Amino acid sequence: MTYETMARIAQQGGAVYFFLIFLGGLAYAMWPKKRDEFRRAARLPLDEEI
Amino acid sequence: MVTLPVKRGETSGEAVYFLIATALLDLVAILATAASHDPLFQFQGYIFIAAFTLGAFALTGGIFGGTLKSPQDKYSDGVIRAGVIATMFWGVAGMLVGCIIAAQLSFPRIFYFSDFGFLNFGRLRPLHTSAVIFAFGGNALIATSFWVVQRTCRARLFGGMLPWFVFWGYQLFICLAGLGYLVGITQSQEYAEPEWLTDLWLTIVWVAYLLVFLGTIWKRTEPHIYVANWFYLAFIVTIAILHLTNNAALPVSFLNHRSYSVWSGVQSALVQWWYGHNAVGFFLTAGFLAMMYYFIPKRAERPIYSYRLSIVHFWALIFIYIWAGPHHLHYTALPQWTQTLGMTFSVMLWMPSWGGMINGLMTLSGAWDKLRTDPVIRMLIVSLAFYGMSTFEGPVMSIRAVNALSHYTDWTIGHVHSGALGWVGFVTFGCIYCMVPWLWKKKSLYSNTLVEWHFWIATTGILLYITAMWVSGIMEGLMWREYTPQGFLAYSFVETVAAKHVENVVRLIGGVMYLTGFLIMIYNLVRTVGMPSSEPAELKANLAPAPLAIPAE
Repeated sequence: MTYETMARIAQQGGAVYFFLIFLGGLAYAMWPKKRDEFRRAARLPLDEEI
Repeated sequence: MVTLPVKRGETSGEAVYFLIATALLDLVAILATAASHDPLFQFQGYIFIAAFTLGAFALTGGIFGGTLKSPQDKYSDGVIRAGVIATMFWGVAGMLVGCIIAAQLSFPRIFYFSDFGFLNFGRLRPLHTSAVIFAFGGNALIATSFWVVQRTCRARLFGGMLPWFVFWGYQLFICLAGLGYLVGITQSQEYAEPEWLTDLWLTIVWVAYLLVFLGTIWKRTEPHIYVANWFYLAFIVTIAILHLTNNAALPVSFLNHRSYSVWSGVQSALVQWWYGHNAVGFFLTAGFLAMMYYFIPKRAERPIYSYRLSIVHFWALIFIYIWAGPHHLHYTALPQWTQTLGMTFSVMLWMPSWGGMINGLMTLSGAWDKLRTDPVIRMLIVSLAFYGMSTFEGPVMSIRAVNALSHYTDWTIGHVHSGALGWVGFVTFGCIYCMVPWLWKKKSLYSNTLVEWHFWIATTGILLYITAMWVSGIMEGLMWREYTPQGFLAYSFVETVAAKHVENVVRLIGGVMYLTGFLIMIYNLVRTVGMPSSEPAELKANLAPAPLAIPAE
């Protein structure tokens, strides 16, 4: 494998790969069914006694 | 983890294992020190011997004195109390050294002894950076992470005595590294100065830290893993990988302090700054964002503005930060596309950084009056303002054309300190002001007025510091690139140093003010710990009938 091939995979493949992962993360965060879980999670520090 | 056949309340059997391990390590340290011909290796050896001997005595005393009981209470807070004390101690030490080297830059003859190398600027400077980043910041991170992970997982810390090993092991690492710099043990890599033996010890401690943290998450009774724990975990895991990769080295011999990196040339530079920038990104940002995501909601008594934004913030931040390192290597032998990649990711980083800042700031929506009434909240919120400012300045400075002017100048130092003093320092102070009354069971802090004094003195100090560094940085950058009509450089280096004298003095004043605020904080906390405990009062409050309505402010 030449340096150019490696660099192309790293530059283009890497960009696409990470963008897809980011979309996955975004979908997880925005998933409508998760609303109640996240609403409860946001209150986690408030609900416990010290 | 093996369950030991010990009844609750009796001496824990694992203490015996720890004692055996400590004694064996002590023996190895003594033999290695005796066999070595390298005085610097022997110096490290003496520190190890002292630490292991003290540890063995303490464990023996604990086992036979019966003070090492199996835990009875819900959460282990003793190690967190120790962490808070260590944070304060190393903070004063690191900032004091910072003031000394600022004085040395202003008045070169001060604290300088030509036949006594210990107090040279070159040795004190890494002592300052390591003490504030790893000793002050690191202890704050370990202490708060132990607090947050227990509370949000509703589980006691995993590992029995292992958290205490993490605490004491980390203090030993700090002593090895810091005292090592003073006698001249360094591999001369920014934020990675400790040599192989110290690195190896930190690796052991860090793996133990990871185990304690993961183990606590594993046995959680709360199903959801709170976002702060994600940030802490990213910090712990990434620092482990960065540390191992950047410090991959071959020792000259196993009885010599010196080692040589397996990386060389431009690869070495890239790995170093991949490490260096992510020390900022994961140590000084991700970990402290974890503190922000727990303590700001807790103190403001409001849920996070947007939990969904916090998830996007987390993934975007960690995915982008890891690529930003090459912006430290503009105009070097590093391929230009790699420099551009680092620069592009640094500019993109602005978005998650400000997303996180907005998430923290907006948590106060509906409770903005707390900024006026609660100086601790104000400190936490101003830390976010500094975070926003320095994460805007950073991407700007990473742009190649801007970097051409700013690199190697005081502008960089000013940028680092707006992040370190403004963001890391203030968020730590805020969290510790919150935690000390909780940990020592007090109703409140000894004095809110003293917090006000701390806040205003420190804020003025930071502003003096960073404005002085902007002026001197841009000035020296412009002086360095000034040519005469004949094409010669217009200024010698020493002329640019002399030109910065006033700014350097202002910087020293700013630093001393920041340290003064910190000393006020310590006085306040000592008085807080000395106050009568709040528990009986709380009991009484619980018995009293609840007030019918709380008037809005």
